[in-house]
Parts: sequence; C-alpha cells; structure tokens
Amino acid sequence: MGFDTAYEAISEEADTGHRWAFGTGCTDPLAGVDTTVPDGVDCADLGAYCLMLGDDALIMSHRLQQWLASAPELEEETALANIALDLLGQARLLLSRAGTADGSGRSEDDYAYGRGEREFRNVRLAEMADADFGGLIARLLVFSTWRLALLSRLRASRDPVLAAVAAQGVREVTYHRDYAARWAIRLGDGTDHSRERMRAGLAAAAPYAAELFERTHVERRLAAAGVAVDPPGLRSEFDEVLGTVLGEAGLEWADAPGLPGLGRAPGGTSAQAGSIGQAGRDGIHTESMGYLLAELQSVARAMPGATW
Amino acid sequence: MSGAGVGAQAASAAPAGAGAAEASSPELARSVAAAVPDPELPMLTVGDLGILREVAVDGDRVTVWLTPTYSGCPAVHEIRRQVSARLELAGFGEVEVRTVLSPPWSSDWITPEGRRKLAGAGVAPPRSGLDSQPAGPVPLTLREERGPAVDCPLCGSAQTVRTAAFGATACKDLYRCRDCGEPFEHVKEI
Repeated sequence: MGFDTAYEAISEEADTGHRWAFGTGCTDPLAGVDTTVPDGVDCADLGAYCLMLGDDALIMSHRLQQWLASAPELEEETALANIALDLLGQARLLLSRAGTADGSGRSEDDYAYGRGEREFRNVRLAEMADADFGGLIARLLVFSTWRLALLSRLRASRDPVLAAVAAQGVREVTYHRDYAARWAIRLGDGTDHSRERMRAGLAAAAPYAAELFERTHVERRLAAAGVAVDPPGLRSEFDEVLGTVLGEAGLEWADAPGLPGLGRAPGGTSAQAGSIGQAGRDGIHTESMGYLLAELQSVARAMPGATW
Repeated sequence: MSGAGVGAQAASAAPAGAGAAEASSPELARSVAAAVPDPELPMLTVGDLGILREVAVDGDRVTVWLTPTYSGCPAVHEIRRQVSARLELAGFGEVEVRTVLSPPWSSDWITPEGRRKLAGAGVAPPRSGLDSQPAGPVPLTLREERGPAVDCPLCGSAQTVRTAAFGATACKDLYRCRDCGEPFEHVKEI
C-alpha cells in the first residue's frame, strides 16, 4: 500500500489490528516515505534523531510501567499508567518514523525488541531505577520539564512528522509535568520524612541532568537545518520551571556536575559512569539499562517472530 | 468539522470504483462511519467525538480519515476495524481507513450533541475554549485548575473538586461533587 505523505505512512495501521505487544501481529512494513524528508535534511541524521526521542519515551515508559501494582494508591497507579501509555504512544510514532527516515525499513518492534543496549540512544535519566515514590516523582519532574521544553519547540520543526508528534505530545506532557510538580510540592512541603525522600530523589537525578543539555553532532546538524531542537537552548526554561516548583516545595536543585560519561567531570562510580566522553545518546548506559532491556525484550528474544 | 489535514489531498488520487457497483452517496458513507461508537466512551460515536476528519467516496470505494485522541490511544484500532466493517456491510466495496494526526485532536471538537450525551451518561463534558496552545513555553498549573468550574453531571452543582488528574482512560480525570457527594468522571480538555 502506498502513502501520500510520511505522516500517513507511519500512522497507517494497514489493518493489522493489534500492535500493542510483541507477537500480536505487528509485522507491517512501512512504505514510501523518503520523498517527504525535507530538502537538505540528512536521512540518517533524521532517523538517528527520531531514535533519540523515541528511546527516551520508550525507556521512561517502561520504568513507569514497573510501578504498576506497586504505586502507593490506586489513583497514582492509574496516573502512572496513563503517563506511561502516552509516552509509549510517542515512542511508537518516533521509532516507526526512524525506520522510514533512515531507509532501513525497520519497524517499531525491530527497534524496541531487536536492538542491543549499545544501540539505544536514550538519555540515562530515562533508564534510572527509582528507589522509591519520591525518587520517581523527582525523576519524572526533571524528565517531563525537559521533554516539554523540547517538544514545545519541536512543534516548529521543518519535518512535518516530528512537528505533528510534538504538537500532540505537548498536550500530553503538560499533564505529566503538572502531575509531577504537584506531587513534588506535596512531598517537599509535607513531613520531614517525605521531604527527605524528595531531596534524595532530586540528588539522585541531578547528576543525569547535565546530559539533557548536551548537543550531539546529529542534533547540531539537524538544528541548523530547522528540524531538531538544540538542547543547550532548553536550559533556561528548565531552570526556571524547576526553580518555581522547588521553590514552592521548599526544596533545592543541587546542580551536580555531569557524570564522567560526558567527559566533563571526573569521579562517579563505574556503575554510574559509562566511559569517558560518551553518554546515553552515544549508546553508553548505566548498569540498570541491561536489566531493563532484559525484561523489556525477554519474550521477543526467547521466541523470535512468535505470534498469538 | 475541522480541516481535512494531511490526507485530504489524497482523495482525488483514488482510482475509479470497480465496475457495476451502484454509486453510493458520500452522505451515506459519512453517516455510517460517523455512527461507529467509541469503545471506551460507548455513549459517544466517532462523529460526536469529532475524530472523523474526512470521508471521500469514489464509486464503491470509500476512504475515511480519522484522528486519534491521544498518541497512545488504544481505541483507534477498534474504531478503524468497526468503520471498515460497517461500511462494507453498507455495500461499499473497498474501504480504506487512514489516520491523520495533524493538526492534533482537541476536546473542543466534541460536538454539542456529544456533550449532551456525556452529561446524560454521568460524565462531565470538557469545557470549551481551554485549548490554548501558545507558541512559547507552556505554563505550569500548580494549584488552581484552568478555567471555570466543572459542573456535576448528576446534580448540576458547580461545587466540585478534582480528585485525580488521570482516570480510567487517557481522556478522562476524576472529580467529586461537594454538594451531592458523588464521584464522577470528566473528559479532560486538551
């Protein structure tokens, strides 16, 4: 089946019906898209960029899904499931777009279930395991504040697919950020115990924040072409929003130096660090990423090509 | 109904319908597609929700463009299947259901009839006109909810309070009425 635009091709289900888990019929290749990559945009770069943003959403979504049946209250469980579902939806579109943009024709499932750890391009903040609910709220606040700043700018992308995904994503992540911000205030402005949990969560997330504003070569080239968002430009909005929330919460953002994976500050343990000069966007991840992928990919690895 | 979006230009490219099939009216195709219920909000049809963007008929071939409400909305699959099945049952030979995501769906697109049906089923409809999408940074909402009060769909009171920002489906949150004491769902404004 041919498609008239890139956007249709990635959103077209072609009547395969159920594409919500490995093995349930997601075998439809995407077709006919390269023509719509905007002039002057490198297709491989565009594919790589879609993987970065798609992997952020996929991995963060998986971490949120791990809270199901573990959240403190039913309402919070529902909230975390909804946020995970929104992010999974964004990931599906972005990973599908990656396969059409880079010419590989790989599907969302190929990317999610068929890649090794070094091939994932998510920022390491997304893969962090949460020590407790306070840790989750701190990480979700940092992640959604950064992602909302990114998506709100990406709405102006010259790539119509990215612009459309961003336009929908902004509405969704607005809710995610408000949710995390309100909980941060409630916990920070709560008991000594809840404040300490929030403080510890922020301290755990802080070393992973510098990476959010690092610019890869792909992002530099695509930002110059009007397709991608330039990460360093997100810093001021991020600082302002976080400052407002944490001010209300009676908490402080401890601006930790970046982990040595970025080649900036020495120190950090080997479990955290990755190798010098590289980070999540380069496929260098923390120890927890391997465990996450082992769970995410276990069925697909055990029974390749299985359907039911 | 809102603009046709990405897919609209495609309609003219469709080949002529095959052979002897009676030319079916675009009105029929549209009414059949619009009558498909939403699996998660069964009191509403696709038409009520405003997700039916365009219907094009060429001979016995029909093409339908739908917009999902949320990026991860799982109901879209079932809606697509139902639209195809019902149009084929109505005599259309070849049915194609396409998805349009730009511009994204807004709760403002729910029709007045759809809002009445929601309220009648005990679900507070979304408030209109809160769908502002500023080009710049998105403001935080830390305490007060945006816009006017959500009226209780059971007793009509405006003395309501949101109890959870996320509900049983992506499109709803949870409220409670201070006057009649009943909890109720509300379709979120996006």
